[in-house]
Amino acid sequence: MKFLKNLVDNVKPHFDEGGKLEKLHYVFDGFETFLFVPGTVTNKGVHIRDSMDLKRTMVMVIFAMIPCLLFGMWNVGHQHYLAYGMETSHWENFLFGALKVTPIIVVSYASGLTVEFIFATMNKHSISEGYLVTGMLIPLTLPVTTPLWMVALGGIFCTLLGKEIFGGTGMNFMNPALLARAFLFFAFPAFLSGEIWTDLSPEVGHSIVDGYSGATNLVAFDYNIDNIQAASTMFWGFEQGSIGETSVFCVLLGAVFLIVTGVGSWRIILSVFAGGYIMGFLMNLLAPAGDLTHAMHMPAHHHWLIGSFAFGAVFMATDPVSASHTVKGKYIYGLLIGAFAVILRVFNPAYPEGVMLSILLFNVFAPLIDHLVVEQHIKTRLKHA
Amino acid sequence: MGKTVHIRKGFDIKLVGKAVAETAHAPTSSIFAVQPPDFRTLIPKLIAKQGDEVLAGQQLFYDKDRPEIKITSPISGEVVEIVRGAKRRIMEVRIVPDKENRYISFDIPDQLTKENVTEVLLESGCWSYIRQRPFSTIANPENSPKAIFVSCFDSAPLAPDNDYILKDEKESFQRGLSVLNTLAEGNLNVGIADGQSDLVRDVISSDKTHQIKGPHPAGNVGIQIHHINRIKKGEIVWYVNPQDVVIIGRLFTNGKYQAERTIAITGSLVKNPSYVKVLTGQPLKDIIGDKITFNDNTRVIQGNVLTGRTAYEDSFLSFYETQISAIPEGKEPEFFGWLLPGLDKLSLSRSYFSWFTPKKKYDLTTNTHGEERAFVMSGEYEKVLPMDIMPVQLLKSIMAQDLERMENLGIYEVSEEDFALCEFVCTSKIDVQRVIAEGLEYFRIEG
Repeated sequence: MKFLKNLVDNVKPHFDEGGKLEKLHYVFDGFETFLFVPGTVTNKGVHIRDSMDLKRTMVMVIFAMIPCLLFGMWNVGHQHYLAYGMETSHWENFLFGALKVTPIIVVSYASGLTVEFIFATMNKHSISEGYLVTGMLIPLTLPVTTPLWMVALGGIFCTLLGKEIFGGTGMNFMNPALLARAFLFFAFPAFLSGEIWTDLSPEVGHSIVDGYSGATNLVAFDYNIDNIQAASTMFWGFEQGSIGETSVFCVLLGAVFLIVTGVGSWRIILSVFAGGYIMGFLMNLLAPAGDLTHAMHMPAHHHWLIGSFAFGAVFMATDPVSASHTVKGKYIYGLLIGAFAVILRVFNPAYPEGVMLSILLFNVFAPLIDHLVVEQHIKTRLKHA
Repeated sequence: MGKTVHIRKGFDIKLVGKAVAETAHAPTSSIFAVQPPDFRTLIPKLIAKQGDEVLAGQQLFYDKDRPEIKITSPISGEVVEIVRGAKRRIMEVRIVPDKENRYISFDIPDQLTKENVTEVLLESGCWSYIRQRPFSTIANPENSPKAIFVSCFDSAPLAPDNDYILKDEKESFQRGLSVLNTLAEGNLNVGIADGQSDLVRDVISSDKTHQIKGPHPAGNVGIQIHHINRIKKGEIVWYVNPQDVVIIGRLFTNGKYQAERTIAITGSLVKNPSYVKVLTGQPLKDIIGDKITFNDNTRVIQGNVLTGRTAYEDSFLSFYETQISAIPEGKEPEFFGWLLPGLDKLSLSRSYFSWFTPKKKYDLTTNTHGEERAFVMSGEYEKVLPMDIMPVQLLKSIMAQDLERMENLGIYEVSEEDFALCEFVCTSKIDVQRVIAEGLEYFRIEG
């Protein structure tokens, strides 16, 4: 490590004030602090600091997403070979998926980080770690068939208009990754809806099996709730969908990790699930009695299993910047997201991505929720006074 | 019976270098200093001039805004130098002591009343040990506080053990408490930890004795006030540190201002951490002797590692201080430090493996473990602030200089030290205490 440190120290003067590459100071700083936690010491206030910083926080979220990512890679291959009716090993499935997914991840990081670097250089601020997570979330929420140029566009769009114009990480009021997803969904509907969930690149000597259908459970249940797959299939994630969000099991692994490390808010995760369940249950009560396959009859807990409900609850709604900041607010925010997501997916088949829209909607309302909570807090304070 | 308060939010930072129960006497020093900047918001007007002979208990300077508040010399001798800083601000009044300490003898009335206690305290300079919330300034004798509080224990990292220190001072401590009780007109409240009831039993009625349980900041007087007799808008509460109660007790026992106190010298870089008996204003060098070596890799702190101030080789002991800490500086960059398992890294989050060893004691450095960032994580401060206060919202109102909101969110209840743990846990490395201090100052001037 000494060698690396010496190398960094040697080139450092070029990036400092007066150096040849002074303009790139903050980009260099970003790389340097990535390699080495800087030897800065406290100078005011407390003399010791908790070992937690934003880099660690973000890397914890990435760790939490790894099960989803690995399973997602396997599932991409699994769905592909299933469509062609081919018998393949787990390794073949995984390899196929890895080859398809890795470019998407690379493009996502490259495009977003480029924008971050440009802004850091222009505005002379150090590079924040937010994109480490965003860059991974974007691929996991996209179908594997998304063209790479679109991934790049999404990364650029969300960093630019979702974050940097508000002042960078910490100042954005909507979840950037979700914003990228929504942007692509509305800008290129042809690429992000319909039969796009399975990679159907041709296999020599094989043709797509007769029974193949490209419809996900999320689309299917709106027409007839009996058309969805078995609950266990959906729980483990052997279904079509975006790369990382099919397996509720892997998402829950991530959730446990986030909650244990204290990085993700259990209040939000729990209340999104609760909100979805309560709304699903209410719908069961109010469902038309004559039409037993109507979407409102769907068992409430199935809402947890289909689409990106779990993934959204665990990885998207919990973004600390765009979520509610107050303790009470988090419960309200979560409940509303869950409830609203179910309303959207049941009553609006045109937009099956109810979870995404619901989270974005309450990202916008989170400051208002917080405002009400704080006003309530002040009122009780004044009452005691 | 008084209240029993269970503090649930908070955190005990376990560090190596706790002082063992041994007390040495600091050697006599050849110079002493009284430092006006120790007294928050006080603007010193000198009474003593260079070359003046003073006795212990004789006035050195007073507060320009409140001339009745005087600071007196802890020792007899000659005023040799007035050290000034930027803008000719008075930083130190230096005194070369006599061989034998000579005291002014104050008349102690037989029958104590609120009025004559106030008078003796003001005259002797001991009034400066009584401070007020809000603002942590020296109390204003013209105010009538709704209560006086004494927290009998300190819960900060490596804090001195008051049970041990007060064992030999019990009489003076109890005398001091009864004097303060007179001053408070019977409304003196004490916060005690487990096993401290003997300390106060004979002087304080049991309904004013409150049991406090839980982790730091349970020992902070501000937290205790919040749970026992909360400050409302416009109200004032006074508070005194236990060792300062002892000094007041001595004054009312023998009529002398004797500013001796016992300091804990603690921290991982201290040789044989233990206690030292000192006199206010002694040079740090004499107090720490060979226990701490000043160098580039040692951070010496007057106070504890959360709220103390950095001290230097030529520093003098501050007026209210009861602890000196020494920990290593953390100037070494760490390769992929944010990715390591971190068995020796303390964190309230459970993102380092160290959370599997909750009883471990840490040798922490001054490294910030990351850089300052915009505010990202929520719900962190709330875990370590045991008050009905919304910390983040309060901080934001201060940054926005929104007086009305600051007041509504309860700025008059807080002090920097109550937010020290918030600053410690902050993922974004924000200077929480500085912000609170700015808010308090802004509120004091404008509010």
